[in-house]
Amino acid sequence: MSAAVAAPGEAPAVEESLKVIQDATCTFCGCVCDDIDLTVKNNHIVEAKRACVLGKAWFLNHKTEDRPSCLIDGQPASLDAGYDRAADILVTGKYPIIYGLSDSPCEAQRVAVSIADWINGTIDTTTSVCHGPSGMAFQGVGEVTCSLGEVMNRGDMIMFWGSNPAESHPRHFTKYSLMPKGMFVPNGRKDRTCVIVDVRKTKSAKAADIFIQIKPRADFEGLWTLRALAKGVDLDPVQVQHDTGVELTVWQDLMQRMKAAKFGVIFFGMGLTMTRGKHANSEALLALTRDMNAYTRFVAKPNRGHGNVTGADNVVAWRTGYPFGVNHSRGYPRFNPGEYTTSDTLANGEADSGMTIACDPMANFSEPARRHLATIPFIALDTKETPTTRAAAVAFTVATYGIHTGGTVYRMDDVPIPLRPSCESPNPSDFEVLSQIERRVKALVGVTG
Amino acid sequence: MRETFILIPGRTADQGCGISEGKFLEKYQREINSLQVAPGDMTRLGLTKGDRVRLTSEHGQVEVCVVPSKGDELPVGLLFIAYGDVSSKLMGGDTHGSGMPTSKGIDVELDVLARPAST
Amino acid sequence: MLTEYTKISGGTLYDPANGIDGLVRDLWIADGKIVDPPTDPSVAPTKTIDAAGLVVMPGGIDMHCHIAGPKVNVARKMRPEEKRKGEQMHRTNITHSGTLGSVPSTFATGYKYIGLGYTTAFDAAIPPLGARHAHEEFEDTPCIDKGFYVLMGNNHYVMQSLQRNEPERLKAFVGWLLASTKGFAAKLVNPGGVEVWKSHQAGNVSGLHQKVDHFEVTPLQIIQGVARAVDELHLPHSVHIHCNNLGMPGNWTTTLETMQALEGFRGHITHAQFHSYGGGDADENTFNSKVAPLAEYVNSHPNLTIDVGQVLFGETTSMTGDGPLGYYLSKVYGGKWFSGDTEMESGCGITPIKYKNKSLVHALQWAIGLEWYLLVEDPWRVVMSTDHPNGGSFLAYPQIIRLLMDRTYRQDILKTCHPLVRERSQLFDLTREYTLNEIAIITRAGPARILGLKHKGHLGPGADADITIYTPHENKETMFELPRLVIKSGRLLVDQGDIREVLTGKTLHVTPDYDQEMEQGIQDWFEKYYSIRWRNYPVDLSYLHESESVPMTN
Repeated sequence: MSAAVAAPGEAPAVEESLKVIQDATCTFCGCVCDDIDLTVKNNHIVEAKRACVLGKAWFLNHKTEDRPSCLIDGQPASLDAGYDRAADILVTGKYPIIYGLSDSPCEAQRVAVSIADWINGTIDTTTSVCHGPSGMAFQGVGEVTCSLGEVMNRGDMIMFWGSNPAESHPRHFTKYSLMPKGMFVPNGRKDRTCVIVDVRKTKSAKAADIFIQIKPRADFEGLWTLRALAKGVDLDPVQVQHDTGVELTVWQDLMQRMKAAKFGVIFFGMGLTMTRGKHANSEALLALTRDMNAYTRFVAKPNRGHGNVTGADNVVAWRTGYPFGVNHSRGYPRFNPGEYTTSDTLANGEADSGMTIACDPMANFSEPARRHLATIPFIALDTKETPTTRAAAVAFTVATYGIHTGGTVYRMDDVPIPLRPSCESPNPSDFEVLSQIERRVKALVGVTG
Repeated sequence: MRETFILIPGRTADQGCGISEGKFLEKYQREINSLQVAPGDMTRLGLTKGDRVRLTSEHGQVEVCVVPSKGDELPVGLLFIAYGDVSSKLMGGDTHGSGMPTSKGIDVELDVLARPAST
Repeated sequence: MLTEYTKISGGTLYDPANGIDGLVRDLWIADGKIVDPPTDPSVAPTKTIDAAGLVVMPGGIDMHCHIAGPKVNVARKMRPEEKRKGEQMHRTNITHSGTLGSVPSTFATGYKYIGLGYTTAFDAAIPPLGARHAHEEFEDTPCIDKGFYVLMGNNHYVMQSLQRNEPERLKAFVGWLLASTKGFAAKLVNPGGVEVWKSHQAGNVSGLHQKVDHFEVTPLQIIQGVARAVDELHLPHSVHIHCNNLGMPGNWTTTLETMQALEGFRGHITHAQFHSYGGGDADENTFNSKVAPLAEYVNSHPNLTIDVGQVLFGETTSMTGDGPLGYYLSKVYGGKWFSGDTEMESGCGITPIKYKNKSLVHALQWAIGLEWYLLVEDPWRVVMSTDHPNGGSFLAYPQIIRLLMDRTYRQDILKTCHPLVRERSQLFDLTREYTLNEIAIITRAGPARILGLKHKGHLGPGADADITIYTPHENKETMFELPRLVIKSGRLLVDQGDIREVLTGKTLHVTPDYDQEMEQGIQDWFEKYYSIRWRNYPVDLSYLHESESVPMTN
């Protein structure tokens, strides 16, 4: 709606109705592009300059839904009643879980971790069903990595493995990895070789100089083939072709190029972490990257999905010492993926109450996990209605981070970036909701600090 | 007719946009309910766009419409579907000690169902 | 309105900054500060703490540790294995839970420091791009005041300014960078070497005179250029230097040259222990101590200060902004390895390590650290540090105090070490024992002075009421590991190891006056090469919460 056709009763505030927010941060995906210029008319974003297709959908569709800020058992309720009920659910449970957080700013994530601490609860983030296995792999072999600006300025061999940024991170190529003219790659794309390894010839494959189509579920074998070739181990061509679906000569050519690169980068996606092998796949890739540093400089980086999933890893880690899947039932943090991770606490029928924040397990989890979640009382915070908010005992409609509220998010390379809110929301922020719940939880369990 | 395939659920641009536009809106629902099938498999199975098939994994069963995958995006024997409620019904609850259910590379049986009456 | 006073009565004060060495004096506190006793004798304190028979010192100051920010948090994520089996930190009705191991979680870090009687700590290596992260962690690191040093020894703008011989531009940049990050001091880590690492397999510089390619500047130029900028900006702390060639046999000559390069400037050489090795060509068989000639140089050059970076035996995590060093250590130890290069600015290396007393190299490192404490004559210019967690945990400070105050204990430990240590270092012959007053200098008064913190490290009127009270004990480790009381900003936080109250603590930073005309040039450079926007780079005041801008020196 433009100011010229202001509704009856509204002041025709021509001057104040239009504003431009420069360098706003898009939090849809892990690229966290912070160069978006937003045009806002009457509290509605009408233009998102430089945003990609996902970013435009993110900014332009975020009209505030005509929904109550709080629903208890599906019925509109006051926020205070919702906070009270939420706190009651969390302190009554014997095995309460808190899950989600990858689309919340760090400020809200910190409060969520506090609540988990006060209720001796379990806290987990969507990392556990994203790059959690890569986090486990990192704990096994480490990681050689860099910030995205290093890729931009130095990367001359850019590989993507099990990742399809053309659809999941649309500005990845143009902003960070392929197209930019960097300090040591002044001709941009011409100075870089792009290799894509995938089981599908994805939309990203068009960007590749070399596309290698491996057999489904053969990532581990492909990566170990390269590790062997890096070390000069003789391999049986028949076996390699059989195990990976790719001829040995193709792998040999790739290894030659990798060794000849000055600064190689492997971006990897959930093609590795969600496929059989999971952390073993990621570990093979991280180990290969490490191996390559005996010959040249090589780095690896998971292409993280949600806007602040990297922040969630960081916040949970600095407060508990562990990145995700943290259980406080003994009064101190313990970590065990496969036990304290949410897919497991639900599918195993262990959690008896919970809170989901900016996530949709009722749509994305396995059937046994969903079935169990539907039977326990839980609180859901989301900006929109989802299958999860529909099943929640208490559902809060919250303001959208980066659009309605400020705060901090961490880009996929751990670079913290501030948010520049552009619109106002009638709904509370997740920080506000969590803080109110925390206040009540503390009173109920007798925390005074 | 029943055939074995490997199913890859993954992100697509329409699915990503649909999250922002609304999960109960048609665009998102259409995207997560559309199974991409390699043209070679479409022909062999006598499928045309919009036909319904049933996918059965060790853990669940769903019915979806098929669309041919573009060009050579998919090799024969591989199916693709946008992540979401439908693909997740085919996952098992076991995470093999990782926290992550096997969500890609799922073995599925495909049954061709009757064509929609309108086509 | 009446002022509320707290009186600490009858304690034995060790306040070297005010020349008080073991005198019984009362201390008066009001509004978080130490104050003169009220002139009106009828004024009674609201609260009196009886410290008769107890030792009273200013709160400890750790001037070089790694407790927050990107690298520390990566190390937390990387090392779950050492937490599950270690000491657990339960939540209480006033404190959060946490984990320990070599890299404690944020809350655990704050509680452990205050429990040890340390009231201020500085993280020594924050990449500017990660400054916001460090500030976020600081807010979750309770009970202590804290600040950080900003990595700039491999910053492209620094090197470019030197290459173009533009010292004024460099000076403005150092000021801008500290103001933008809300940092406290300028830190150099392997100046030039990390940049070479980024562009070459196993790359590094070999010494002060090797040119960094592309920029065509030497480590020597970087050291002198930044030292000059820091002094001309009148920053409270000098340039803080992690020298080139850390850990390499024979590196003492590089360290000596670095000290010589600082002639005419203030300079602080950090974790000197790691930089005082004799021996040739990376040959471990010839590895030996070269503290004596370096300490002699420090003794005769009052412009220099050092902290030690003491090694303790046991398992820990090495973390450094020195990327090539991380690679070297990962090859030595063969464990998991993290390396993270930050665009335009810095690098990072992390790997688990274990120091063993039966290893000649490790035992020598232990002895070399102790030699530094014992051979620097002026305790005001040597500071206790373990470079936490690199040499060991800050929780080892009480043990180091005992090693310094009790030569019998020192020699007993030495006897458990590799036998060749006695030939390759002179530790066995050093009979010096520290006094309590000297301990108070190297753990609080000295670092406060070196950092330019006029309101810390002493107990005179105007000082922050950060006070640690100890129960005297013959075993100094026992005495220092469990303070009787710890007071922070005038509030009693710890009573015999129990946390009674929690506060957030302040962030200490600087606001240098620099030539703002130069900002446009910095912006032009920034926008060409960084992956984030210029306007999203500076850390604004909302990240500081409780904070204090420490004034420049005059």
